[in-house]
Amino acid sequence: MFAAPAEQKEGRGVNGYAYDSQERNEMFKKLAILSAALAIVGTTEAGAQDFYGALQKIKESGQIVIGHRESSVPFAYIGPDQKPVGYTMDLCMKIVDEIEKEIGVDSLDIKLVPVTPQTRIPLIANGNIQLECGSTTNTMTRQKQVDYAYTTFITGTKLLVKNASGIQEVEDLAGKAIALAQGTTNERAIKAAIEKFNVQDVKILNVKDHAEGFLALETDRVDAYSTDDILLYGLISKSKSPDEYAVVGRFLSFDPYAIMLPRDDSAMRLIANRTLADLFRSGEIEQIYDKWFTSPIPGSEPLNVPLSDTLRTNFQVHAFPG
Amino acid sequence: MKYNWNWGILFEDPYFGWLISGIQWTLMVSAIAWIIAFSLGSIVGVARTVDSRWARGLGTAYVEGFRNVPLLVQMFLWFYVVPELVPEDLGRWMKRDMPFPEATSAILCLGTYTASRVAEQVRAGIESIPRGQKAAGYAMGLTTFQVYRHLLVPVGYRIIVPPLTSEFLTIFKNSSLALTIGVAEVLFQARQIENYTFQGFEAFTAATLIYLVVTMIVVLIMGYVEQRARIPGYGVQREP
Amino acid sequence: MLLDFDFGVIIRSLPYLGQGMMLSLSLTLLAAAGSIVLGTILALMRLSGIGPLMWIGATWVNFFRSLPLLLVIFWFYFLVPLVVQRQVDAFQSALIGFILFEAAYYCEIMRSGILSISRGQASAGYALGLRYSQCMRFIVLPQAFRNMMPVLLTQTIILFQDTSLVFVVGLADFMTSAVTVAQRDSRLVELYVFAAFVYFVICYSGSLYVKYLQKKIHR
Repeated sequence: MFAAPAEQKEGRGVNGYAYDSQERNEMFKKLAILSAALAIVGTTEAGAQDFYGALQKIKESGQIVIGHRESSVPFAYIGPDQKPVGYTMDLCMKIVDEIEKEIGVDSLDIKLVPVTPQTRIPLIANGNIQLECGSTTNTMTRQKQVDYAYTTFITGTKLLVKNASGIQEVEDLAGKAIALAQGTTNERAIKAAIEKFNVQDVKILNVKDHAEGFLALETDRVDAYSTDDILLYGLISKSKSPDEYAVVGRFLSFDPYAIMLPRDDSAMRLIANRTLADLFRSGEIEQIYDKWFTSPIPGSEPLNVPLSDTLRTNFQVHAFPG
Repeated sequence: MKYNWNWGILFEDPYFGWLISGIQWTLMVSAIAWIIAFSLGSIVGVARTVDSRWARGLGTAYVEGFRNVPLLVQMFLWFYVVPELVPEDLGRWMKRDMPFPEATSAILCLGTYTASRVAEQVRAGIESIPRGQKAAGYAMGLTTFQVYRHLLVPVGYRIIVPPLTSEFLTIFKNSSLALTIGVAEVLFQARQIENYTFQGFEAFTAATLIYLVVTMIVVLIMGYVEQRARIPGYGVQREP
Repeated sequence: MLLDFDFGVIIRSLPYLGQGMMLSLSLTLLAAAGSIVLGTILALMRLSGIGPLMWIGATWVNFFRSLPLLLVIFWFYFLVPLVVQRQVDAFQSALIGFILFEAAYYCEIMRSGILSISRGQASAGYALGLRYSQCMRFIVLPQAFRNMMPVLLTQTIILFQDTSLVFVVGLADFMTSAVTVAQRDSRLVELYVFAAFVYFVICYSGSLYVKYLQKKIHR
């Protein structure tokens, strides 16, 4: 609107070449007005059609690439029909709907890429996937590489053992073997606890993911497997004989889960957080929660983990007004 | 995406120590597996050249069996399947009380697999020795064992030094597969450093350099050995 | 233990395992085609007599032959997207990695294939007024391929076995599918023995065909 005349005046000044100080001041004022004007025009234009980062990539390719875990019950796991399902998967699909609305596309092509604890962060950081839906703890170190949406679940490290083993706490691991999934926060939490409480002679088996870790426990290769307690319940519910296993010990870490996003991309993060805040505010989140944590889920019995007060408060805190 | 370079991370504590321990595991697994591959491979290779049809058949079955299944599958068979098939007590021992179950499985796997390749080289070496030599041995009154012990095997070994060198390098490179069953070798440590620091470029570059340097050292040493072992007038048709 | 071997779990997952096998096979074929072409170019470079070209060819071969394939797969999977600044499909990045890596091996096969054609033939071609490219295309390379066919096939069987390594980056090939089913149903013994059997049948048939070819060529 008023950018055009400002530009014309500016053009004369530049062509004049010589300025006295007063003129220079005058020119700076005009420049300031000009840039402010351009900035306004610029942002409105961007709001209408210009996207950057992940959104631009998604709009251009008509495709969103979602990384998902394969054995994080009930967050993201391979269901009986070989497709990934789960609590975080549901939340991600809500975000995908919102992205479709934002960039004005009827339906995006959704490409699902399986990820593991070792691959998920590099894959987000190098731009191969635009959302990671699983059970990833939000940590400050990881925030140097990736970004997170609001917290969607809260849990912590515990031990999964066979009832018969008699293990109750991390101290009981002396002389025993434990499996740990490489690249998880739990791996570090357990190693730190072993050192802190000076537990002697603990054998550690490195495994790739939860399925491999549980298998090691099931086949008596180790006496314990450790990850976030909610995932341990998930592993038990999917096992052949759930009665044989127990989740024991105190919390050895605090693990808030969040959906991972590319870093330095606040437009993408805004859409994710807006979707989550809407769900938190409307209470729809509780239905999704109940669907995965208190009802029977595809491929296994209900987990029977009611919504905790801490998590409910977390939802309320992040239910920012629209 | 911006990448924050930090080459210094490789020399920081504890990451430097991890790399060193990774190198140690890689070298140890490769070396012990090589001893198995060399001795077992020699036996199988000799078996494929003797007159007994039975021994030749067994040797051939061994070579074909190990050569036609991917090493990764064999790694999983050794680690996950074998302990379930043997008697329960032994299986439990293999899973729990055997020293370093992961590394031991990896060593057995690499050793028996590479033995099938070494066997082929040994056979080629022995077969390249002119028949007249064997006949001469028998004519001097040597037994079959003595012919092999004093004539065919030592001469055969000297002929196949170059292909054996490349087999050793193969075992060294293949030892990286041990990470799939949890052995903390060089590549495992590189990934672990990446997990902890997200400095993937630096970690993988370090692993790459380690492999290149070790290969170069082995090639240099074996070049010298090759010169010393060469028998004038002999050459073996090397398979590319 | 063998008594409770459950074939049902294998039969139920056959469609899923079949999909994995299709991926393994297409990766093998595409990678073999690409790396034979690249390998032949490298071989011609190594034999060109032109210093820098020979150096590039030799360095390529020595570099990739010194590295474990697993390391190359990791490089391409995690780090190439960082360099090219855009997303690279897992299958594509694996394919590129395999082509660059296996080309080093195919190069050496093609080099000895080309060397096996007597120099006189090339000289005869030049005497007839053929250019280098014509000489290679019509005289030397066709014979080199024919002579080397068994070795090229053997290397392709090895390549097929090597594709199982994409398991480490979770690309859903035959191996990865077998592991997924094995872990989901905790039927390790069945699935891994089955995987070994399938690989064996394919690779052994391939090697029998190679032997047949060898006999035919040497006749």
